[in-house]
Amino acid sequence: MNKNFILYAAILIFGLAAPFIFPAFKVQLSILCVLIVLATTWNIQGGEMGYNSFGNILFYGLGMYLCASVQVGMFFPLAEWTESGGEKTFVHTPTQFFQGMAVGLVVAAVVPTIVAGLIGYSILGLRGHYFAICTLGLGVAAGEISGGIEIIGAGQGFTTPPFPNVGSLEARGEFFYFLSFFTLVLTFIAVRSIYSTRFKLILNAIRDNEDKAEAMGIETMKYKIIGWMISAFFCGLAGGIMGGLVGYIDSTDVAFDGREMGVFMVLMAILGGKGTLWGPIIGATIFHIFKEGFWTFFLGWQYVALGVLIVVIVIYFPEGIMGWLREKYPERFGEVVDEKDRKAQVELK
Amino acid sequence: MDFLVFQYPMITLQACLDGILLGVLFALIAYGMALQWGVMNIINIAQGDLVILGGYIAYFMYLYGIHPAWGVIVAPVIMYFVGIAIYKLVINKVVDRDLFISILATFGISILFMQLMNFAFGADVVLANSGYGTTMLFDNNVVLPNSKIFSAFISIVFAICLVIYMKKSKLGRAIRATAQNARAAKILGVDTEKVYAATFGINAALCGVAGALISITFTIHPYMGLPYTIRSFMIVIVAGLGNLPGVAMSGMGLGVFEEFADYILGTEFRIGSVFLLLVLILVYRRFKLSRKREYLK
Repeated sequence: MNKNFILYAAILIFGLAAPFIFPAFKVQLSILCVLIVLATTWNIQGGEMGYNSFGNILFYGLGMYLCASVQVGMFFPLAEWTESGGEKTFVHTPTQFFQGMAVGLVVAAVVPTIVAGLIGYSILGLRGHYFAICTLGLGVAAGEISGGIEIIGAGQGFTTPPFPNVGSLEARGEFFYFLSFFTLVLTFIAVRSIYSTRFKLILNAIRDNEDKAEAMGIETMKYKIIGWMISAFFCGLAGGIMGGLVGYIDSTDVAFDGREMGVFMVLMAILGGKGTLWGPIIGATIFHIFKEGFWTFFLGWQYVALGVLIVVIVIYFPEGIMGWLREKYPERFGEVVDEKDRKAQVELK
Repeated sequence: MDFLVFQYPMITLQACLDGILLGVLFALIAYGMALQWGVMNIINIAQGDLVILGGYIAYFMYLYGIHPAWGVIVAPVIMYFVGIAIYKLVINKVVDRDLFISILATFGISILFMQLMNFAFGADVVLANSGYGTTMLFDNNVVLPNSKIFSAFISIVFAICLVIYMKKSKLGRAIRATAQNARAAKILGVDTEKVYAATFGINAALCGVAGALISITFTIHPYMGLPYTIRSFMIVIVAGLGNLPGVAMSGMGLGVFEEFADYILGTEFRIGSVFLLLVLILVYRRFKLSRKREYLK
């Protein structure tokens, strides 16, 4: 415990100091924080509960649109804002901007949670691939439908309020970095405390054998919905922040981007190791570094690389980095291993 | 949003006929999906991208001055080998594994194909012009392009050929045996590995035919694959595996639904309504089964 405490403190201090150590990478670091949040929360129902969803992008996009709409709609008429597009006739004062952002983030977190509860009640009774394809359909449908709604910009997109002039040029980057870092810390604390309760055991029971879990008297439906709602809460929050960070929302390319973000969160969690606390964090970090490298040096080929990467990871590393480490050093993970047993296994291989 | 559809029977008729002709094509793609789902227990997300690739083959023939209708012969031959190649490279490693792994792996293939097609053929919406003209029915009130009738006819021919092939040929019997019980088939001397490869190849070939027909009748675009996957998935879950008349009927039903959604909601909601319909069907099935305390398997 003591060792862990030092580790956490070191990470926290590094996280707080990071924007000053690497001032050029503030936006990248903020995106990394958002990616870690997405991967970690995907892991709650994807890894721990065994319900592999492609649809968490729904909450992410919903949060993005809601946060921006609330931020604009609190002070100005929303329809005129989206109609004016890039040319701004209304300007947020700093107070308006931060008030709007605060309220917007609350809405962006709460509404997706409620939506997740409602949708979850309907579709969490599906299992395995039916659930996966159904959520995939939900994500794409949301993108297609939001691309047809006039008031949030339809096909032309939605420009989020620009960061107000508060005197310092660095302020925007720092604000969004600390916002996303704070969200990351919040997510980590929440997920870590969830994972140390009976709730996690219930989720694992659902993953391992849902029928048996039900027979043991666990109300599986209730816990599945709660698990998905927790995931949706943080996804919405991450979406709201990302909307402000990117500055521009498009229905299928930014918000409900099933081809990018929707796959990324699954891939990051699998790369790091499904069903572990640290796996998605490690996976997201490695993935982000890889992605940025590729997106910078091989522009145009990034989706080819992404496709190959998905196939390779899924076929050859389905257990992820943490799974690999666990196989290699089981003692570190608190598993008691019989030496004879291990030798026998090595020989078998 | 007007409801002219209900006031003028001719528009309704037009939508129905369009939908049925379109639905036959969907049914052909769905038949391929049902085949490999039933035999290999894999859901191929790249199904739609194979369709689009088949379409580009016909489009290229059109560009080089060959009539695109010949694509119906050429595309399946090329796509058969593409399918075998995909099987050898990726699918045979995920056949016996968790279903989610196969979904994700084929999702990766799908992204890869999308982008490679985007590089190779450009991001424009293209169409292979067959020059078949149109047929007017009912005092010129209903307009049917001959290419649609042609494509529906060819789809039916291919479907019938395939059904006969599956019933009569040795490979067809081996495929059906593997679908029933892979282990027993293996014990009785069926080379299941070969059967899987052939199944995936046949599936890809069917996609190639459908794609060639789509490039003649409608338009193709590198990123248009996923809706075709979702449509065929939907048709298969509504009809059930191995229920061929069901696949044909639900394919046509889906076609008609889409045409009406197009008329009533507007074209921008067409794809969205397909995806929503999938969700609604799954939710309906789930609630219906949950009364019996069962779930979709």
